[in-house]
Amino acid sequence: MAGGKRRKNLLRKFYSFSCCKASFQEEHSQIGGPGFSRIVFANDPDCFEATNLYYPSNYVSTTKYTLATFIPKALFEQFRRVANIYFLVTSCLSFTPLAPYTAFSAILPLIIVIGVTMTKEAIEDFRRYRQDYEMNNRKIKVHVHQRDGTFEYTEWKNLRVGDVVKVEKDNFFPADLILLSSSYEDAICYVDTMNLDGETNLKLKQSLEVTSDLHNDSSFQHFEALIKCEDPNAHLYTFVGTLEYQSRQYPLSPQQLLLRDSKLRNTDYIYGVVIFTGHDTKVMQNATKPPSKRSKIERKMDKIIYLLLSALVLISLIGSIFFAITTSNDIKDGKIRRWYLRPDDTSIYFDPKEDAIAAMFHLLTAMMLYGYFIPISLYVSIEMVKVLQVIFINQDREMYYEESDKPAHARTSNLNEELGQVDTILSDKTGTLTCNSMEFIKCSIAGTAYGQRVSQVEKTMTRRKGSSFIYVSDNAHQDYPVQGKPAIKGFNFEDDRIMNGNWLNEPRSDVIQKFFQLLAICHTVIPEVDAESRKISYEAESPDEAAFVIAAREIGFEFYKRTQTSISLHELDPVSRKTVESSYTLLNILEFSSSRKRMSVIVKNKEGELLLLSKGADSVMFERLAENGREFEDKTREHTNNYADDGLRILILAYRKLDEAEYETFNRKFTEAKNSVSADREEKMDEAAEMIERELILLGATAVEDKLQDGVPECIDKLAEAGIKIWVLTGDKMETAINIGFACSLLRQGMKQILITLEAQEIKQLEKKGDKESIAKASRESVIRQIEGNLQRNSSSEETFALIIDGKSLNYALEDNVKSMFLQLAVNCASVICCRSSPKQKALVTRLVKNSTRKVTLAIGDGANDVGMIQEADIGIGISGVEGMQAAMSSDIAIAQFRFLERLLLVHGHWCYRRISLMICYFFYKNITFGVTLFVYEAYASFSGTPAYNDWFMSLYNVFFTSLPVIALGVFDQDVSARLCLKYPLLYQEGVQNVLFSWTQIIGWMVNGICSAITIFFFCTIVLQHQAFRKGGEVVDREILGATLYTCIVWVVNCQMALSVSYFTLFQHIFIWGGIALWYIFLLAYGAMTPKVSATAFMVFIEELANTPSYWIVTLFVVISTLIPYFTFTAVRVRFFPMYHERIQWIRFDDRVAESEYSGEVRQRSERLIMAGVSARLEAKVSQIRSRVHHAVQTL
Amino acid sequence: MNNNGAGSSSGSGDASPARRNSKRPKYSRFTQQELPACKPILTPQWVISVFTLVGIIFVPIGVAALLASNDVVEIIDRYDAVCVPQNMTNDKVGYIQNDAIDKTCTRRIKVPKDMNQPIYVYYQLDNFYQNHRRYVKSRNDGQLRDRSKENDTSGCDPEKTTSNGVPIVPCGLIAWSLFNDTYNFTRGNKALTVNTTDISWKSDRDHKFGDDVFPKNFQNGNLTGGKKLDPNKPLSQQEDLIVWMRTAALPTFRKLYGRIEVDLKENDTITVTLKNYYNTYSFSGKKKLVLSTTSWLGGKNNFLGIAYLTVGGLCFFLATTFTVVYLVKPRKLGDPSYLSWNRNTGGH
Repeated sequence: MAGGKRRKNLLRKFYSFSCCKASFQEEHSQIGGPGFSRIVFANDPDCFEATNLYYPSNYVSTTKYTLATFIPKALFEQFRRVANIYFLVTSCLSFTPLAPYTAFSAILPLIIVIGVTMTKEAIEDFRRYRQDYEMNNRKIKVHVHQRDGTFEYTEWKNLRVGDVVKVEKDNFFPADLILLSSSYEDAICYVDTMNLDGETNLKLKQSLEVTSDLHNDSSFQHFEALIKCEDPNAHLYTFVGTLEYQSRQYPLSPQQLLLRDSKLRNTDYIYGVVIFTGHDTKVMQNATKPPSKRSKIERKMDKIIYLLLSALVLISLIGSIFFAITTSNDIKDGKIRRWYLRPDDTSIYFDPKEDAIAAMFHLLTAMMLYGYFIPISLYVSIEMVKVLQVIFINQDREMYYEESDKPAHARTSNLNEELGQVDTILSDKTGTLTCNSMEFIKCSIAGTAYGQRVSQVEKTMTRRKGSSFIYVSDNAHQDYPVQGKPAIKGFNFEDDRIMNGNWLNEPRSDVIQKFFQLLAICHTVIPEVDAESRKISYEAESPDEAAFVIAAREIGFEFYKRTQTSISLHELDPVSRKTVESSYTLLNILEFSSSRKRMSVIVKNKEGELLLLSKGADSVMFERLAENGREFEDKTREHTNNYADDGLRILILAYRKLDEAEYETFNRKFTEAKNSVSADREEKMDEAAEMIERELILLGATAVEDKLQDGVPECIDKLAEAGIKIWVLTGDKMETAINIGFACSLLRQGMKQILITLEAQEIKQLEKKGDKESIAKASRESVIRQIEGNLQRNSSSEETFALIIDGKSLNYALEDNVKSMFLQLAVNCASVICCRSSPKQKALVTRLVKNSTRKVTLAIGDGANDVGMIQEADIGIGISGVEGMQAAMSSDIAIAQFRFLERLLLVHGHWCYRRISLMICYFFYKNITFGVTLFVYEAYASFSGTPAYNDWFMSLYNVFFTSLPVIALGVFDQDVSARLCLKYPLLYQEGVQNVLFSWTQIIGWMVNGICSAITIFFFCTIVLQHQAFRKGGEVVDREILGATLYTCIVWVVNCQMALSVSYFTLFQHIFIWGGIALWYIFLLAYGAMTPKVSATAFMVFIEELANTPSYWIVTLFVVISTLIPYFTFTAVRVRFFPMYHERIQWIRFDDRVAESEYSGEVRQRSERLIMAGVSARLEAKVSQIRSRVHHAVQTL
Repeated sequence: MNNNGAGSSSGSGDASPARRNSKRPKYSRFTQQELPACKPILTPQWVISVFTLVGIIFVPIGVAALLASNDVVEIIDRYDAVCVPQNMTNDKVGYIQNDAIDKTCTRRIKVPKDMNQPIYVYYQLDNFYQNHRRYVKSRNDGQLRDRSKENDTSGCDPEKTTSNGVPIVPCGLIAWSLFNDTYNFTRGNKALTVNTTDISWKSDRDHKFGDDVFPKNFQNGNLTGGKKLDPNKPLSQQEDLIVWMRTAALPTFRKLYGRIEVDLKENDTITVTLKNYYNTYSFSGKKKLVLSTTSWLGGKNNFLGIAYLTVGGLCFFLATTFTVVYLVKPRKLGDPSYLSWNRNTGGH
């Protein structure tokens, strides 16, 4: 309990909050009032008052349904679909005499369909339940009130408000707790809030001083306190409460609040009081459902269903009109015509005298009968297929990222096919295109540039400058991994002049020493010494900070220990050339902020000198240099410019010696500012800092590389080849953004860059004056002028353009009257980069593109700042990377690396799109085929509503005989293999252009269905008309004609499927031929039942069909001749007018001529159109040179 | 955690335990979508051979079907109009409804070709909607099958009960409208017997019409529909009823009347003495008497043979066309205009 545990450094004591003495603030007065009424009896949850409060238990349920609500709720969900309501209504009506078929046969398919969907829901919900169960039954140590001073394990769900719990290292907090004490003396603890907000840095929490001495289990024997606080709410970062302990009141702030789902880190244990349980916890209050988006195809499918519904009503109407005419003719001029129907003694449904009413009733009957036009099993089949497709995406080993152990994770199955139709990708930069892992790569010290490694951008640039005509994108892939993963993460620096202690021999070794000392001291990094290996690792707030400390360590300035007041290094003593331990007394930290753009520390070294060490952005640092500190300014500036060109991040390092008096003045002012509670506290602190951060002496500059993620340039190249436009939306500076644009080939030389900024002189002058209105006006005018000007240039030119716009301009460009113009300009450009854009702007741009182009947009990002954009876009992709899970949690699909997008879109997206669209088309085809035969038969039954088939034939059509092949199609079909999908990215355009689900395609399938139906019906009826149909002289009756027609339909529909499938797996064979076989088996089995059940199908196969040659001959004839038109059409198209995927199929087929002329042509055609990416860059280069040569030849 | 922080929980040291429960998807051909499959593509060889094959199969079947159909000798005699007396042609309905008029009518039929027995005798009705929903539903299968359900007449509207409420067996419109014309054949002066047994489906006789169910109160209503049934014969033996109760699919249909089990010679003259009872005049339906032999394919219908030959021929034609076209235009390489859809969108 004692010493050992306190070995750990107590960190960040010096940070602002610890100076903030716990003080009552205004808001604490609200306690007890409305919204602040919670009372917690700490350590006494059993007392009478506490039991009266009825707080919810800590049982958390995220399930959608409970056992009781499942049936009604799930049913309600189902019947929100128009088609299902339609079927429900017809099922209800089927109990009336209106029904053309028996009620049970109409209900069964509906029951099956709804049942399958509900089972799916139930399984999904059960999974959630199991997760909940696991969480609810985790163990936690709780203080047992009755048996004093002991802690016992109990399940999370049993926790009550007021319990005192002990949470151990690396465990999750079971509920929202108030921190009482921890293993550290000063009762601090570190919390990892990754699950809550996605932030990866540890947060420091500290308890009130009064409770901080409750260090061991036994001290809770007599602990008793009363906590009053706010009611449950969703604000993660606010908390107001008071702790009444030993009859005194102490204010509680978020600083004492430990939230459920965050994790205890770096702290051995903590004690805490449960204040919010279960659904009252902040995280549960925050829980949002995954966004529900619907794909364009599904929306179009709804349209088709409406179309079919209206077609259905239309033909029912036609039928009813004819029915009314024939019915009213039954008694004409008092004479009974069709006497065998007894029109004189009839029911209302067939009454010739009330023909209008009869027709109305008939309309209902007809609508029930023609219900087969609408595929009842469509939704459920699609859902099942999509679930399987999602499994394919999740299980794809090519999209598994070894390093973070993360496979792709599709959180919704609604958007699979939308992945095949993406027109524009809006991408975040940091963490998405780049790794967000910083590598120290170069530095400039005392005017000398060090660092020999080459940055990625530099590499691409040299590649770009080089005149090699080799197809680069192929090579690039191979040499990519080789180009140097540094042995040490964050350190990609190589220069013998200063490494391995050689810096001592450099001319300005004193500056070099100061430079690295500064890197080792001026930061907020926490060192962690591994107990066994004695290796030091660092925990830093941002990766570049860590990179600096690591760099210093590698050069020989190892930072190994930090206390509240000191920083200790192992450093090389330049005199003795030995490693010595040196300690610096830490006096102040002037923290980094985005407005200050710099951070400084004030330390006292061994010699007792007071040093201000400072690092910051070039824009703020150069102006703070002292006159005598500008020795290397020119050189450094030159170097930093070069670094910036190479896409590196630059920080300027400088220092200053302070004298005691000056420091004292500063310290007084600074401490005063720090301890003030007024609103302008920050400002005062900044002011104080400003005072001392001047007269600096320049040491040099560091350059850190923001590494591109693996395979990003290649991936972008492929996506560009596929005709997908890529927009980069980033918060970075314009220069950085342009650099990255070059690095990943979104920009290239020869592309006309259109820059839209408000950095113009006159605007700046206006800004100085500070008149907001005139600034806005001038800015707006300037933006409009720039957009208009470029739009004219752009439309009249053949060149390729790239648009780069900054955040400020974007504000104006997104205004209502400008945005259409802006969009027009943007879509005319090959690449668009929006820099300095806020999360909100990202979302707005996404919305603009989505709504105005009506094309599918995909947003990809990794950080909390991308959430808006991810949710706004048609498809949101989250990178489950370093910046936590926030983006991934709000996304539709989470992948681990940007490069997986290539496979996700070009392979999975394309396949899913193809499968779903074919599936829907085919569904409509088969139902129209079936429905039309019913309708045509009606014409021969005086539109009376007699079905041509046995009731059960009809009701099982969709469920058994024809649905499995479609599902197999939706799951397995592949037009071309994954390899070829990636090789011919242009194939993706089939989805973007929606060629497989265009209205022509849909109508084509429908017409095919109608033609099939008519062929089947007329061939069957003409062959089997009134003459004997077998040797025994028997004639065809309703049951035989029905069974024959039905056989033909089952055959035709399944064979049609076989013809349109391009990937025949065993499953296809089983389902297609099995579907047909199933029909015969069913016919046998059903016919063998008693006539009471089988009615008209009694023994129809055994006795009447099986041994009748004409039945088989008719089937053969009808099936073949129905399919011949489609077969011929396809044969001609595939050969002479192949679609793009068919071209690729030909290439695959003609293996021997692979890569020959034809394949070259198919490929080439795809490249000619590409505007961005490596290959485009090359293409442009080649054509440039060609034209030059051409020109030269001509002039000769 | 950032990448550099080989912190307390993550870091290089943890790599090996993490592997153990790695989330790397397991390999299976199913999940990786690499199931073995054949990828058919419509190559010229395939197309030509499919068409040729279909042709090769279809033409012989067509020939066989046509021959079979030609073997069948069929005599059709329409008599509904001619059997109405000259003076009643303007009021055919009145004629047929007048029980007082004798409905006997004599027809002479000449046999065009030798007919081998069995010669099937059909009556053919036109414009008679046996498939009308009201008609089709107007029966009670239970009652026909089961004596104990005699009183169950549900679904039989409007021919459920007689006017005094006694249930009719068999009930319903179908039975009520049973066809009641009768035919008697003589050749020379020798009567040709018509065998009217075994003209219905066996399953119907055995399972659908009870052998202990006897007609009751049938055609006793104020309106007589069609034939009256012999109340002493069980339904399973009333084969004309059984045949009639199998409703026809289309409004023009034939029903088996019986079989003549004697060979007929070419140029034989057969005298048919028929009773023209059945009212088709109200709905202007035709009545025909049909005598026909059968082949293995059934009765006379050339359509199937012709259709097979046509489609077979068409397939041969397509096969040759494709061959020629494939030879003349080996492969149309990428038609530049075809991919124009790319230009439009990609070009911006």
